[in-house]
Amino acid sequence: MSTPYAKLPAWADYGLIPLINLVVAFLVAGLVVLLVGESPIRAAGLLIDGAFGSGSGIAYTLYYATSFIFTGLAVAVAFHCGLFNIGGEGQAYVGGLGVALACLAFDGIFPWYLTFLFAILGSAAIGAAWAFLPAYFQAKRGSHIVITTIMFNFIAASLMVYLLVGPLKPPTSMAPQTRTFLDGAHLPKLGWVLEAMGMTVRATPLNITFILALVASVAVWVLIWRTRLGYEIRTQGFSPRAARYAGIGEARIIVITMLISGALAGMMALNPVMGDQHRLQLDFVTGAGFVGIAVALMGRSHPAGIVPAAILFGMLYQGGAEIAFEMPHISRDMIVIIQGLVILFAGALEHMFRPAIQAAFASISPRRAGLEPAKSGSV
Amino acid sequence: MEFLGVLLQLLDATIRVSVPLLLAALAGLYSERSGVFDIGLEGKMLAGAFAGASAAAVTGSAWLGLMAAIAISVFFALVHGFASITHRGNQIVSGVAINFIAAGSTIILGQAWFRQGGRTPSLTGDARFQSITLPGADAVSGVPILGPIYSDLISGHSLLVYAAFAMVPITWWVLFRTRFGLRLRAVGENPAAVDTAGISVAWLRYRAVICTGVLTGAAGAYLAVAQNAGFVKDMTAGKGFIALAALIFAKWRPVPVMFACLLFGFLDAFAIRYQGLAFPGIGRVPVQLMQALPYILTVILLAGFIGKAIPPRAGGVPYVKER
Repeated sequence: MSTPYAKLPAWADYGLIPLINLVVAFLVAGLVVLLVGESPIRAAGLLIDGAFGSGSGIAYTLYYATSFIFTGLAVAVAFHCGLFNIGGEGQAYVGGLGVALACLAFDGIFPWYLTFLFAILGSAAIGAAWAFLPAYFQAKRGSHIVITTIMFNFIAASLMVYLLVGPLKPPTSMAPQTRTFLDGAHLPKLGWVLEAMGMTVRATPLNITFILALVASVAVWVLIWRTRLGYEIRTQGFSPRAARYAGIGEARIIVITMLISGALAGMMALNPVMGDQHRLQLDFVTGAGFVGIAVALMGRSHPAGIVPAAILFGMLYQGGAEIAFEMPHISRDMIVIIQGLVILFAGALEHMFRPAIQAAFASISPRRAGLEPAKSGSV
Repeated sequence: MEFLGVLLQLLDATIRVSVPLLLAALAGLYSERSGVFDIGLEGKMLAGAFAGASAAAVTGSAWLGLMAAIAISVFFALVHGFASITHRGNQIVSGVAINFIAAGSTIILGQAWFRQGGRTPSLTGDARFQSITLPGADAVSGVPILGPIYSDLISGHSLLVYAAFAMVPITWWVLFRTRFGLRLRAVGENPAAVDTAGISVAWLRYRAVICTGVLTGAAGAYLAVAQNAGFVKDMTAGKGFIALAALIFAKWRPVPVMFACLLFGFLDAFAIRYQGLAFPGIGRVPVQLMQALPYILTVILLAGFIGKAIPPRAGGVPYVKER
């Protein structure tokens, strides 16, 4: 067979295969739970109960999902251009700087919605700026964007430590963080929506940024599939040579895509910094930038897949806390393993089960599997 | 003599912190020269460190620790190979996945097995690689200048340190003077040509990633069983990525890799020793800037401002045999 990955029906391609990959990832994660000496079935029960068993659980799940939607979209936009933005973590981290600067400047003057506007602009601008140099070097000087964005993650970490133990720290404080924001920079919570639906929600961090994340998802869909720029981005990602032939400026598209990607990653900072902690702290991103890679891979780089994938990971974060509480040998680091396994099976090994599934489809209906001799001449 | 003493201490620290970088960077050299990008050096090193410390703690033998470190690291290297060679998956994605799996599982298993908050028990005696005093080190220590250099700087490291530096000429010899090395480099530049010559591209690349696994395992074992007396969570702390930076900085060549690792190690040792020191003419340099310097230098190099780093041409591209 000359075409190793022949066409499958869309529902198998976008539904069945990701599902199988996900199930395998969770089975392997279950093996790790067994190795630790706990019951995987009980762990799964605790996970689901912790994430969806109560109003507060749902609110926390959606709070975590908010961050992952932003970072997932950031990775996905870059994927569409054939770029791997592994620097979401760093872009989100410095994005926090934009949020904090806007909040510190305006929290005593403006109501929250005006401060929010400036914080959105600030986080997006600084996140984009952090992605600019890797993008520019990739476009103009041919350096590999994966390596440069990794390097920029570390540089971001050093920069933020420097700023938070130095210039941004109030002189009277010992902790490496900014002062607490005033009321003018506290985002409204969304717990009341769940309460209106009859659930009890105690103080949870779910806030208006969740709505912004959904808006961003729609905006990304419009951008990628309904605008000229999105078409250029997809063309560049699908075939750089075709893009060049079509007169699409390669360097321009790479830089613009990465700016959008960096801006989306930077906006993730709004959720924890302005929505929950009300101050800029060290390491507030806590891996959300990397979760974005798993989310984008699982969601097949489509907003309609990214939002559920982000909610799944929100569930893992929230339910994982519940497991850690009930099972002393399992900490929240279990999520890191699951994340790794999802990236492995849904990303790197995404084609592993494909030949078997194709064979199965071919035996049921050769024509629909696209394997009939007339079409692929060299079988 | 005061100055010499300080300098020797600084260089001694440089060697200690450079060794894991050197082993990991040489590991990456095999894989990347064969056309398989590996950003999972960090994860393999971490898994190796954990396995090494666990095995050494349980068996009381540093050597068994080293074996276990190499075994688990080779296992992860083979997973990477399985994904990126056999299944033609994205090599970057696979490397990222391995980093996460290693980071999470070392903490979970460490806590479950040893109940010390992710640490392994402290290693003592034979469970650790002890420092070796080279012959004659005590005798010549009285000789001015050369004496202290030999007895303090060159002598008194663990076996893995000497092994790591020995790996530099060995790697050079393997890559540039053996048939295997020639083929390995060829498969990283033009796999189709190697395939035409009747040599299996996949098997060559598998052998390359196994070499990578062995060396990252040794790097992990050095961290947990020689330099430190046990495993602590996230103990690699980005060393795998600095090693990757060093590999690029050295333009994928063994001897420059050693110098790049020594340079980055020196920056690290210097930053630790002279935190907050004011330089004449520059003023106080923040310690964070010193820590970020390897990454900044690598970005500048990659951007082509200090020479040009050209990766192996087939790097990152899965090989599809034409039929």
